Amino acid sequence: MMYSDFSKGVFKENPIFIILLGLCPTLAVSTQVVNALGMGAGVIFVLLGSEIFVSLLKDFIPERIRIPSFIVIIASFVTVVDLVMQAYAPSLSRNLGVFVQLIVVNCIILGRAEAFASKRKLGESLLDALGMGVGFTLGLLLISAIREVFGSGTITLFAVGSFDGVIRIPGLSSQPARVLALAPGALLVIGFLKALFNWLEMRREAREAWAVATPPLVPVAAAAAASAAGATAAPEVGTATDAELSAGSPAPAEGGAS
Amino acid sequence: MSYIGIIITFVFINNFILTQFLGLCPFIGVSRKTDSAIGMGFAVIFVMSMASLATWAVYRLVLVPLNIEYLQTISFILIIAALVQLVEMVIIKISPPLYKALGIYLPLITTNCAVLGIALIAVRNDYNALESFVAGIAAGLGFLLAIVVMSTIRERLDREWVPKPFRGVPIAFITAGLMALAFMAFDKALLKNLLG
Repeated sequence: MMYSDFSKGVFKENPIFIILLGLCPTLAVSTQVVNALGMGAGVIFVLLGSEIFVSLLKDFIPERIRIPSFIVIIASFVTVVDLVMQAYAPSLSRNLGVFVQLIVVNCIILGRAEAFASKRKLGESLLDALGMGVGFTLGLLLISAIREVFGSGTITLFAVGSFDGVIRIPGLSSQPARVLALAPGALLVIGFLKALFNWLEMRREAREAWAVATPPLVPVAAAAAASAAGATAAPEVGTATDAELSAGSPAPAEGGAS
Repeated sequence: MSYIGIIITFVFINNFILTQFLGLCPFIGVSRKTDSAIGMGFAVIFVMSMASLATWAVYRLVLVPLNIEYLQTISFILIIAALVQLVEMVIIKISPPLYKALGIYLPLITTNCAVLGIALIAVRNDYNALESFVAGIAAGLGFLLAIVVMSTIRERLDREWVPKPFRGVPIAFITAGLMALAFMAFDKALLKNLLG
């Protein structure tokens, strides 16, 4: 049982942006922050429940019928979420509509059950489920925050007492970029976000390649490596700044990215 | 609602991919080549129409009389999984060429949210058997339309210069977003004008 079982789901293998799974339920409900929170809670619960069950039952489920068995387990937990939501959060249930039941075909859940929980011990599966669920929720939260803030100029949370749950952003709520709140906005936002994450990944790889090509503490070796890579003057080599990497895209950086 | 109304609604106004985001995984995954997009589209039409009819029957004839509607999600997903298997076996027997064309797409369809989506939406809208069936075909047609248009655009895009971080999936999403923008021209007012 390791912390990395949890953290990889949140960062390195974030289900929405890196693995790109589970998009269907993500986009349709990402019009309001409160929907993202509700959907995230539902997915975390289903992931936890099904990974625990699959992990516990993995030795009893015959290999040939494992996928249908996993689906039944997942569908049971989805039904629980659906009924609980209808009973205790009826307005949220109305907002999410058919997409609560559609958690059952969310590729993340079956994917994790098949790829992780059916092979690992209970503790590891538990952390994996939590990590993936939290990562999913954060990704969904980011998309819906962008869409709601710029598309409606509001942030909708739970209503508590006299606070109606809606934060209006001055200047934006009177003239929002409405298209982001509508269907095309979801696809555009996720496209640009994915490109942003690709760009960050490329930049990180470029920086790593740079660090390997030029050991910073040995000036002679640095100079040799720099001249071999066809880069600029030696003193600047060890201290590549962000601006240089992003604006200039020097030779080693490009080599690392491609 | 009339049958023509249902067809126009599910093909254009509530296009499953572009307005509901159902079936997005195969839409992005299989839209690189027009040939495979067409194969996938027809496989989806086939399974969706069958699935909406089968789930209607189970819901009205089994779940409602026994008062166990809460088993909807579990039973629907099992019906769809079984149906896809059945369809696969039938196609292998009846038409090997068709199996060659559709075969590899069929297993992918089981976890396609669009199929479960149409089954659930048909129940929510209280459709009768024929309406469910027509809605299934129409939603499948909408999927076919979107994925074929998308694949032709992507084939063109392959030959264009795209900034490196946007290559592959991101530009596909942005293209889909622009298509969705175009599809916003189809709305309820249009339906009213058409059908009076």
